Amino acid sequence: MTAPPDTAGPADHHKQRHRRSVRVSAGAVIAILTAVLGFAIVTQVRANSRSDNLSNLREDDLIGILDNQDARADRLRQQIADLQATLRRLQDSGDRNAAAQQQAEQEAEALSVLLGTAPATGPGVVVTITDPQGKLGAEDLLDVVEELRGAGAEAIQFGSARVSTTTAFTDANGPVAVDGVDQSAPYHVIAIGDAKTLDTALNIPGGVASVVRSDGGQLTVSERASVTVSATRSIPAPKYATPSPH
Amino acid sequence: MIAAFALIAGVVAGLIFRPTVPNWLEPYLPIAVVAALDAVFGGLRARLDGVFDAKVFVISFVSNVLVAALIVYLGDKLGVGSQLSTAVVVVLGIRIFGNAAAIRRHVFRA
Repeated sequence: MTAPPDTAGPADHHKQRHRRSVRVSAGAVIAILTAVLGFAIVTQVRANSRSDNLSNLREDDLIGILDNQDARADRLRQQIADLQATLRRLQDSGDRNAAAQQQAEQEAEALSVLLGTAPATGPGVVVTITDPQGKLGAEDLLDVVEELRGAGAEAIQFGSARVSTTTAFTDANGPVAVDGVDQSAPYHVIAIGDAKTLDTALNIPGGVASVVRSDGGQLTVSERASVTVSATRSIPAPKYATPSPH
Repeated sequence: MIAAFALIAGVVAGLIFRPTVPNWLEPYLPIAVVAALDAVFGGLRARLDGVFDAKVFVISFVSNVLVAALIVYLGDKLGVGSQLSTAVVVVLGIRIFGNAAAIRRHVFRA
């Protein structure tokens, strides 16, 4: 790479001019090539650093990726089907559970009315018993309740006490007490049931109405389209008995 | 000197024009770049050795690029494209390292 000497003959001068033009053109080619190289490097680096890496991959790799994706999609579809089946199963059992629960709730409501733990309303009678001579005992009043129950009364309230399976009528201390609460005449009894049947049962000849009358009192029955038994009682927890398996 | 300026000019042009690689060129461009780099390092070494010849450089540059592209093309046709690309890159990398070592000896005398 020595610079050509300026002190050269005409023949040499011509030759050197030729060599110089060759060198210049060679330098131009080299410059073009290296410029293209720089351009290509930048282009490739930019292409490689794009977020879309798939565009740089070869066909084989793309096919492999595609296969993987297909397999994955199949697996996921299978999972979806499984989960949907599970969902259906759970919904079915949920529906069944809901139906069973609804039925159980209805039964519980019916039982609570019969047991006297819930207030009840419906057609029935209001019975008023007067006892001016104080002759009526616990037994007579119990007869009234028995008669009502025998006639199909579903909920009975005696005074302020709800009448149930364990209700006791006592008169050992003088006045009649229901479940330990003293009652005084006139006695009011509310019963839910078929009003006409209840009325008939109380006024049957030789029945409780005539007993009350013979003791100097008066038993009046008024049939109502709707009466409300508002008194409730709590269920005593069984101490000894437990439900036996079927 | 011209080559270095031209290289920088090429880089600047690439940055300015933001070209996208055409599809048919995509598999060849990286290999061609590595092959060209090998030629450039070889030319630099030759220059430092005092045996640089412009004709040799131009021919080795072009032939390097063409041969590299041809190998990739053949590899793709034979179904071993990625392996052959790796092989080309490895061989060219070894050559570049050898040239770089020679250049280093010239520059740092070590």
